[in-house]
Amino acid sequence: MEVLVVNIQGLSTNPGDLPNLHNILKQAHDSLHAESIRLLPLLDMLDPSLHSLGYLYILEACTSSALSKEQASAVVLPTARFMNSCSKEQIQLAPEKFISVCKRFKDYVMQLEAPMRGVAPMLAAIRKIQSSSEHLTPLHPEFLVLCLLSKCYKAGLSILDEDIFEVDQPKDLLLYCYYGGMICIGEKRFRKALELLHNVVTAPMSVITAIAVEAYKKYILVSLIHNGQFSTSLPKYTSSVAQRNLKNICQPYIELANSYTTGKIADFETVAQKYQEKFDNDNNLGLVKQAISSMYKRNIQRLTQTYLTLSLQDIANSVQLNSAKEAEMHVLQMIQDGEIFATINQKDGMVSFLEDPEQYKSCGMIERIDSSIQRIMALSRKLTTMNENISCDPMYLAKVGRERQRFDFDDYDPVPQRFNI
Amino acid sequence: MDADDETTAAMIDDEIYANGGGEDEKRNRPIISGEPLDVEAYASLYGGRTKISRLLFVAEQSRGCRNEAMELEALRMAYDEVKKGENTQWFRDVAQKIDGRLGPEYQMDLAWCESVDRRAEQKREKLENELNAYRTNLIKESIRMGYNDFGDFHYSHGQLGDAFKNYVRTRDYCTTSKHIVHMCMSSILVSIEMGQFTHVASYVSKAEQTQEALDPIIVAKLRCAAGLANLEAKKYKLAARKFLDTGHELGNNYNEVIAPQDIATYGGLCALASFDRAELKACILILLSFVFWNKVIDNLNFRNFLELVPEIREVINDFYSSRYASCLDYLGNLKANLLLDIHLHDHLETLYDQIRNKALIQYTHPFVSVDLNMMANAFKTDVAGLEKELEALITDNQVQARIDSHNKILYARHADQRNATFQRALQTGNEFDRDVKSMLLRVNLFKRESNQKQSKKS
Repeated sequence: MEVLVVNIQGLSTNPGDLPNLHNILKQAHDSLHAESIRLLPLLDMLDPSLHSLGYLYILEACTSSALSKEQASAVVLPTARFMNSCSKEQIQLAPEKFISVCKRFKDYVMQLEAPMRGVAPMLAAIRKIQSSSEHLTPLHPEFLVLCLLSKCYKAGLSILDEDIFEVDQPKDLLLYCYYGGMICIGEKRFRKALELLHNVVTAPMSVITAIAVEAYKKYILVSLIHNGQFSTSLPKYTSSVAQRNLKNICQPYIELANSYTTGKIADFETVAQKYQEKFDNDNNLGLVKQAISSMYKRNIQRLTQTYLTLSLQDIANSVQLNSAKEAEMHVLQMIQDGEIFATINQKDGMVSFLEDPEQYKSCGMIERIDSSIQRIMALSRKLTTMNENISCDPMYLAKVGRERQRFDFDDYDPVPQRFNI
Repeated sequence: MDADDETTAAMIDDEIYANGGGEDEKRNRPIISGEPLDVEAYASLYGGRTKISRLLFVAEQSRGCRNEAMELEALRMAYDEVKKGENTQWFRDVAQKIDGRLGPEYQMDLAWCESVDRRAEQKREKLENELNAYRTNLIKESIRMGYNDFGDFHYSHGQLGDAFKNYVRTRDYCTTSKHIVHMCMSSILVSIEMGQFTHVASYVSKAEQTQEALDPIIVAKLRCAAGLANLEAKKYKLAARKFLDTGHELGNNYNEVIAPQDIATYGGLCALASFDRAELKACILILLSFVFWNKVIDNLNFRNFLELVPEIREVINDFYSSRYASCLDYLGNLKANLLLDIHLHDHLETLYDQIRNKALIQYTHPFVSVDLNMMANAFKTDVAGLEKELEALITDNQVQARIDSHNKILYARHADQRNATFQRALQTGNEFDRDVKSMLLRVNLFKRESNQKQSKKS
């Protein structure tokens, strides 16, 4: 073992020696695994940032067998330090090992019931293993689970704000979007939640998974809260299994959505009561309650379109609230949240609805529009590049070539019928 | 029309403050205040099958309103008419409905039924033999007339479906456009009686497509029928146009379907509900000419229902001059009698609602702000009800305004195009963003999937 440690210490400094080191480590793999947790003291002799590769192998061997609680807590701290400070280049040589170490780290942290300890190290680990900020690693969902359990939503949001285009495993994407949706719901960023859940529901899949079903249920509720409506027809690009099966599985939610569109709060509440147990089991009861309050909001917002001033009592009557006091509470809350623009005159019990003061003339607005334009132009360029790449892709051309007609009198096409690679 | 303009100019000051109210003493026209319909006069306008079906309809409606006198009057006339014809089924129905209430002359006469049926059977056999003979001889014209006769036979016996089939069969044997027109007119007649107005529309267009110029009376008849079809299809604007295009040549020539007064009434109501101001003005002129011609031709029949035509014209005139309260009042008075009309019955509520909404919209249109109290006065309704109606119209986007409920004022509101455009632009940008990103993601997933499949294969 000491020989190994010496090798690691010696060969880690020079990048040219790394392949050599890697081979040695691979050969030592089995003997390391035999030692397992007893290798822990060896870690003290190594520096995680300089000897990352070796550290990784030893760490991986330490955690390969099941650990007791004390052993787990002993391992957690060095692992966390390692994830924070390891060297990116060395890690990239053995990514699967790194990923499995991080996953086990997450398990230990959850075993010790201290998810918050894992949030920052996992974030650092993601950055180390990502090839670019558009790359989704298997660690992303793990990170989001830790954020959810420890209620560190803001940390989760920082990752969610980055756009993902490259994916290793489709399952990672589904989990990532689902957990991401839940975090956004927690932070009340319903638009982003809707986007993420939409991605889960419309992702290509050959068989219905539980993730898709749960995501669809939340998708229905968030759609009601954010848009005030829900259409049961899924877009064309959804997989056929999803289109056929999702609606049948989530029947209570569809019924709830239908009663929302009638605009009658009493009906909606009846349906919610009817299926209360189901919603509770799915942990969606909170969302249902939010949907009910969003119904009041939407009704009040409709009033702003027809009235300039309205008494609180009239608002209470038309929105089916119980008293003018309640109406005042609702309106006050909406003004504070910026959902309507109004002033309340308590003396007369009147509410005056005002126009949106946004004039689209400020510098801030111009900057916002400008950045939107830039962003969309970049996206557009990306789209064109991808289109060009696919047009040159040999598999695509082979498939297209096969389906082309034998004889085209109008334009003799130089693409050959068979395209052998 | 010029006389009206002068008087309105003098009355402008009054009208600003009391729009439409308190003017009855200034004009001396007869007010129809729900006076019951003179069934005899009404029925005398029509002939043929429609007379009986209209009488039966009036009886049915009167029964619903518990107006026994009118019901019995209508049934009595229906009985007399049916006995003149050959429709035993109808006879049985009418006798049953009368139920002995009109005395011994109006009872079920089984002997009469049997003799009519026997005669019918004989005639049918004869017609069938003739038709077969013609068919073997292959003389087109005779076959056509044979089928036609069969159609007429079925029609007079109330078997409308068979009548229609026979009329349609003559199509293959028509040689001149006159034949085709004849076939179309018969089919239209039967379809109207059956209530199948889609057929009416298609046969009208078929008839209008003939090469030869049509007799003006036939043209008028076709336009009438088209108007009826549109009315049933709830296309009120088109119906109004067709009715008003019919022209006075029709006279009494189509009274097996419709009376000239009906054309004015139907046309006028539909026009009120759907025309804009320019078209409405033209409509008033047409109706004026209508009344003039009918007065000249038919000054014997001046009974209650006929007086309806100048009423309709006055109603439209009121509407056009913004005297909404009196306009809506008159319409209300006319309602009871109009409900007895077989074609208008199903559409009257909708038409009235549309007319009322149009009145509300037109009232608010020229103003920047409107005092709801004055408006409620002008429409003879209360402020709360008016507020509810306006709220519905605003939500429907038919009135661009907002209500100040505290001071009871309606303010016109014109959407700020510039802000709306900015908002929409930003929103479209966001949607593009979202859609393209998920699209790129999906493409990558597909590529990965197909790569995996490919690597599995190879």
